[in-house]
Amino acid sequence: MEYRGPYRVRTVEKPMPQILHPEDAIVRVTRTCICGSDLHLYHGMVPDTRVGSTFGHEFVGVVEEVGPLVQKLKVGDQVLVPFNIACGKCNFCKQGLYGNCHESNPMATAVGGIFGYSHTAGGYDGGQAEYVRVPYADVGPTVIPPDMDPDDAVLLTDVVPTGYQAAEMGGIKQGDTVVIFGAGPIGIMAARCAWFFGPSRVIIIDHVDYRLEFARNYAYCEAYNFKEMDDPVVFLKKTTDWYGADVCIDCVGCEAEGNALQTFSGRIAMLQAGAGTALQWAINSVKKGGIVSIVGVYGPPFNLIPIGNVLNKGITIRANQASVKRLLPKLIDHVQQGRLNPKGLITHKVPLEDVADAYRLFSSKLDNCIKTVLIPSTKA
Amino acid sequence: MKLHENYKDIPGWGMDADPENEPTYPMKNYTGDDHHRSDYPRSAPQPKDVEILMSTERPKISAVFGNTVPPSGLSGKIRRYAFSHSEDRYRHWLPLILADRINVVEGIVSDIKKGHVPNMFAERGWKMEIKHNAKGFALKVATTAALGIAMYWLLCGKKRK
Repeated sequence: MEYRGPYRVRTVEKPMPQILHPEDAIVRVTRTCICGSDLHLYHGMVPDTRVGSTFGHEFVGVVEEVGPLVQKLKVGDQVLVPFNIACGKCNFCKQGLYGNCHESNPMATAVGGIFGYSHTAGGYDGGQAEYVRVPYADVGPTVIPPDMDPDDAVLLTDVVPTGYQAAEMGGIKQGDTVVIFGAGPIGIMAARCAWFFGPSRVIIIDHVDYRLEFARNYAYCEAYNFKEMDDPVVFLKKTTDWYGADVCIDCVGCEAEGNALQTFSGRIAMLQAGAGTALQWAINSVKKGGIVSIVGVYGPPFNLIPIGNVLNKGITIRANQASVKRLLPKLIDHVQQGRLNPKGLITHKVPLEDVADAYRLFSSKLDNCIKTVLIPSTKA
Repeated sequence: MKLHENYKDIPGWGMDADPENEPTYPMKNYTGDDHHRSDYPRSAPQPKDVEILMSTERPKISAVFGNTVPPSGLSGKIRRYAFSHSEDRYRHWLPLILADRINVVEGIVSDIKKGHVPNMFAERGWKMEIKHNAKGFALKVATTAALGIAMYWLLCGKKRK
């Protein structure tokens, strides 16, 4: 897969990736997903997205080659590879902040290295390919348990940990009301994972009816279309006894709809780092002293959000890229015990050769698409 | 008193500290290593074989990095300018967005130079729009065409005047 410009991708033959560092591995990709955040790249919203880049930060595969210092992986291992590239040695990694590694991205300090996510995130080629270079192979990649379906495994590289951490950062208490903005794959997973923390209500807000219906069935939550409301903030106040939600989670990020000023200034004129509509709603819908958790992706410069309300309401904001490695043991257990069904999110499987069609399908929300998996045709 | 050396002598220093009050837990398993700042063991550096633009907010390059698509052409010049400013500045981010757009034109020119005319229909995945959203897609095309014709008519009209 190769990016050629906003809304343009294609498949090309590229040279085989090489071991560039003694702790690298080369992985032959067997499954890779298009993430909602890949759409920000696809739409040209992320600065320093260079023509010729290969996207893809959700992938599983087989280890084909290891560098001389790799000890934990061997050729032939089936691995799932967390989307964040982590050294395991810097102070951030040592404290479990694997999404904030300081030794994987020279191009920005505000974000760690991420596979296939622009030069702002390190300039690495991603996994929407037949082969991919995986740095720090002893740290991130995890051998897939033999009884695990690879369709479940590929969703453990990002969607499940990000959805879970979104709920975890909400500090949900038993009996809480949790509101999630965005019924994409991450929002649906956050809604499903929120139940692990014991709330009494989980509400999801979006404007795409088929996704709301999917969320109702998959995540056992209430689902509402904000286009059918006069004002989503007033609706949420009313449905929480005029109090506000205990926890609000932003799973939308920079391409939100629903507010003309935010849409124009953030998505069309690009005067801010995307439209901050979901975050604005989250801040204004949460109770005083409530918690806002952010996993929706925004660009680097700044966004127009009601920060005065954050102060005056005493809101705690918690946000981060998911620390996939930290969460994997718990999430693998949830999947193996049948409590989570990640592959239930997959609606489309597309050959990697048809990547342009797959991006369009997901981007335009065609054919009731929730999650697309790309299958490279390479054989061992 | 030199504060940076003797801050622990300040009356009351640390007496209300509550190790349980860690708002980032469980994301962060606080160890105190933050106070060692950039003094931690690093992996051996990856050999640098292409031009890597580095954030001005770092003292040196990270141990590993992506070596794909090094800066080149006019977009590369703009990216080099952008990276002379910190991530705090618009002078960093806006030129990068500009460089991205110029890079698209450079990509088309490079394709044509190699004898390859980009297949916009395929690269944009329009087949899917026609298959699953024929009416909406036709409306979008018609609206875009109408706007284009209107713009052309307005511009030509002005020139004639």
